Amino acid sequence: MSGKRLLSGVKVLDLTHCIAGPFCTKLMAGLGAEVLKVEPPWGEPARTFGPFPGDKPAPEKSGLYLYLNTNKKGITLNLKTETGVKIFKDLVKDVDMVVENFEPRVMAGLGLEYKALAERNPALVLTSISNYGQSGPYRDFKGYNINALAMGGLMYVTGQPDREPLKTGGSQAEYIGGETGFLASLTAYFYRQATGTGQHVDVSIMEAIVSTLEYKLEMYSYQGFIAGRWCSRHPFSYPHGDIYPCKDGYVAVPPLPELETFSTWLEQPELADPKFANLKGRIDNLEQFEAALKEALGRKTREEYFSDGQDWRLGTGYVADAADLTRDAHLWERGFLSKVPHPEAGGITTPGFPFRIDGDPLPLTRAPLLGEHNLEVYGKLGFSREEMTRLRQNNVI
Amino acid sequence: MAALALEGTRVIDLTYSYAGPFMARLLADMGAQVIKVESTQRPELTRPLILTDNDLGEEYWNRGGYFNLGHRNKYAITLNLTMDQGKDLLKELVKLSDVLLEAYSPRVMGNLGLDYDVLKQIKPDLIMMSLSGYGQTGPKRNFASFGTTMESQAGIAQLTGYRDGGPVKTGISYCDPITGIMGAGLVTAALCHRNKTGEGTHIDLSMYETGASFVGETVMDHAMNGRIAERMGNRHPYMAPHGCYPCAGDDQWVTIAVGSEKEWQALCNAMGDPAWAREERFSDPLERLRHQDELDEKIGQWTRGSDHREVMEILQAAGVAAGAVLNNKELLFDRHLKARSFLEVVDHPRAGKRPYAGMMFKLSKTPGNIRMPAPLLGQHNHYILKELLNLDDERIRRLEEEGVMGTVPAAAQLMGVQLTMEQYQELLCMPEEQLMRVGALVRKEENFLEQLGLKKGQEGGES
Repeated sequence: MSGKRLLSGVKVLDLTHCIAGPFCTKLMAGLGAEVLKVEPPWGEPARTFGPFPGDKPAPEKSGLYLYLNTNKKGITLNLKTETGVKIFKDLVKDVDMVVENFEPRVMAGLGLEYKALAERNPALVLTSISNYGQSGPYRDFKGYNINALAMGGLMYVTGQPDREPLKTGGSQAEYIGGETGFLASLTAYFYRQATGTGQHVDVSIMEAIVSTLEYKLEMYSYQGFIAGRWCSRHPFSYPHGDIYPCKDGYVAVPPLPELETFSTWLEQPELADPKFANLKGRIDNLEQFEAALKEALGRKTREEYFSDGQDWRLGTGYVADAADLTRDAHLWERGFLSKVPHPEAGGITTPGFPFRIDGDPLPLTRAPLLGEHNLEVYGKLGFSREEMTRLRQNNVI
Repeated sequence: MAALALEGTRVIDLTYSYAGPFMARLLADMGAQVIKVESTQRPELTRPLILTDNDLGEEYWNRGGYFNLGHRNKYAITLNLTMDQGKDLLKELVKLSDVLLEAYSPRVMGNLGLDYDVLKQIKPDLIMMSLSGYGQTGPKRNFASFGTTMESQAGIAQLTGYRDGGPVKTGISYCDPITGIMGAGLVTAALCHRNKTGEGTHIDLSMYETGASFVGETVMDHAMNGRIAERMGNRHPYMAPHGCYPCAGDDQWVTIAVGSEKEWQALCNAMGDPAWAREERFSDPLERLRHQDELDEKIGQWTRGSDHREVMEILQAAGVAAGAVLNNKELLFDRHLKARSFLEVVDHPRAGKRPYAGMMFKLSKTPGNIRMPAPLLGQHNHYILKELLNLDDERIRRLEEEGVMGTVPAAAQLMGVQLTMEQYQELLCMPEEQLMRVGALVRKEENFLEQLGLKKGQEGGES
């Protein structure tokens, strides 16, 4: 293992909670940044969200928290107290970046807006991830994952045309916001390396989502089309990517510049009928085409379809679930999955990072316990044990 | 003009399709000089998508909205990399560059004699990004894959769908853009590392793992409880109401999510305190979760009477998380995106003035913008060979003659399959009537340019 850590020496003060912010700083921490997570004394909200082992809530056993806070250190600090805010400002002096994902009002309400922090640390990069950004008429709108997916345009194009739009599964808006924050923060940090200049990074999750589907905007500005939703079908190249039942689950269709190869492999000559040769013909004869496709796919198991298709170089896929991911030897061999030891939650199979650096996976170390590094961090700031006890009694840490 | 964060960084982009070009675009937007490498034999395959007027017409390869959006701020050169001269020129360019992006199957760069070990010899501090479906190692490394099928493979499609139906794919090739963003972040991290240490880096980015990392909590749930999450439609494991509700007008919807008692009370107030909301079965979060069908029905009856944005505004004013479901046109006219200058109008020499999605994020001191329209095929051949590589006109003329470079596609093809122009037309122009019949396109607005304030017939001129 080369042990190279791309962000080693970069100090990040992590004021994030739930998913978007923590995913951003998780990526930084994995790459070797020293990420110090600041939580209120009662813990950040993700500690109260599941999944929990045996569905029994426990702040040190939240699967969401354990997944998103690997490789970080953790302290507690109550920013609703004056002392807490003062200590936070001291912590800011010694870091390169602060990342936060509160609603835009919150930091200013605490007296911790960019200007105030830059006074303490002029070269600071402050990254703010929010649903709608730090300016504009929707700035203070409330929003959860589903609202951002709707406002970003992703929901409108997902689902059946004759039914309500669908949200994509999981918490995709937040993950998109998190990785966009990761990119944006490092872009600003790169500029700081070159010039010594810090700045405020404003990530709007709505805009990040629009960017993922931006070509739909061009369907209007180039052609005048309102882009609709069409189940799992691709509006340019159906059946590319579409999902159909197979013998034991669901499979996904690869792009088919040559339906002939596909029909030969699946032994379904009907699919090679010239009337299906282009999208127009496939839609004009949709029922017939789909029936032939379903019949052929229904004869295969997921595994047969996937590996036989790969032998034909077709880029086949199937619908996998968490169990499929967990037992995929490929993900273990690459080090994406590993069991991470934890004093309270035990050794839990945890996803790591979707990349390797110079051929090696990044080491994954467990998320911090609540306030685990208080002694170390506050000690370094010059607090004695007695003072720390007093801070604890006053609900500051 | 404001400074650009990545100014002075040169990126060679060998990628194609969606994820890689998007990654390169994000770097270009922030100021990197990105050089897109195509060949006349295999131009970027997305060049003819979303054509102006939905017709092949003249120079189809320079009139596609998809390409023009995804490649703004980039330079373009054509180089035939199957010819030694093409390879040699690429190597010369690599010597002058900071980053190389590629998205081939893991074998290809090796077969071309351009793998990391070779390139490192000629440019020791090179940052090379290898983006692939399954990664450069592991038993599946040579498997073919696409952003479309990857959403299924990575465990996302399994979680998406109506509660009474099968898995559903998102309306875009979802794993492409999310992998592009991840890759741009990693390249930037490697640039930061090189600033400090002078070392280059090889990054092996997997689209499969990127997708899987976006549903990481479901892997944790499986590890902890052996559970496989069910499809929940638009619902949430513990928030109710949480859904997508019909509004007045055709296909208009609003999303509403309630995460606390305070928000529930605010919703009730905004709806005019209806008697039903005070019934026992809606009295606490657990009761509301249990009676969601009735709850959704009641809320839908209230939302049905108003415009989706009006419902959003009323609820937001009351303190409820509500978001209108916006379509592509509504985004182009959205007052918030306009106020934040997210949309930018760019004049392209072949496609005219069009609005585009702008910067994905805002940096207060180095904001970036669309500085130049997407390049025509081979537009910067001469600039790059003369200014960067110091070749003379005679040498360039010979390279053109010998087919190493050019500005016109050699043939109509898609993913290596040669096609007649007729087949090409059928393949690339959207069958409007058919797509509208099935709902994939909702409608076509003939006067869209007027609506956008860009009059027809004056493309490239004043708006």
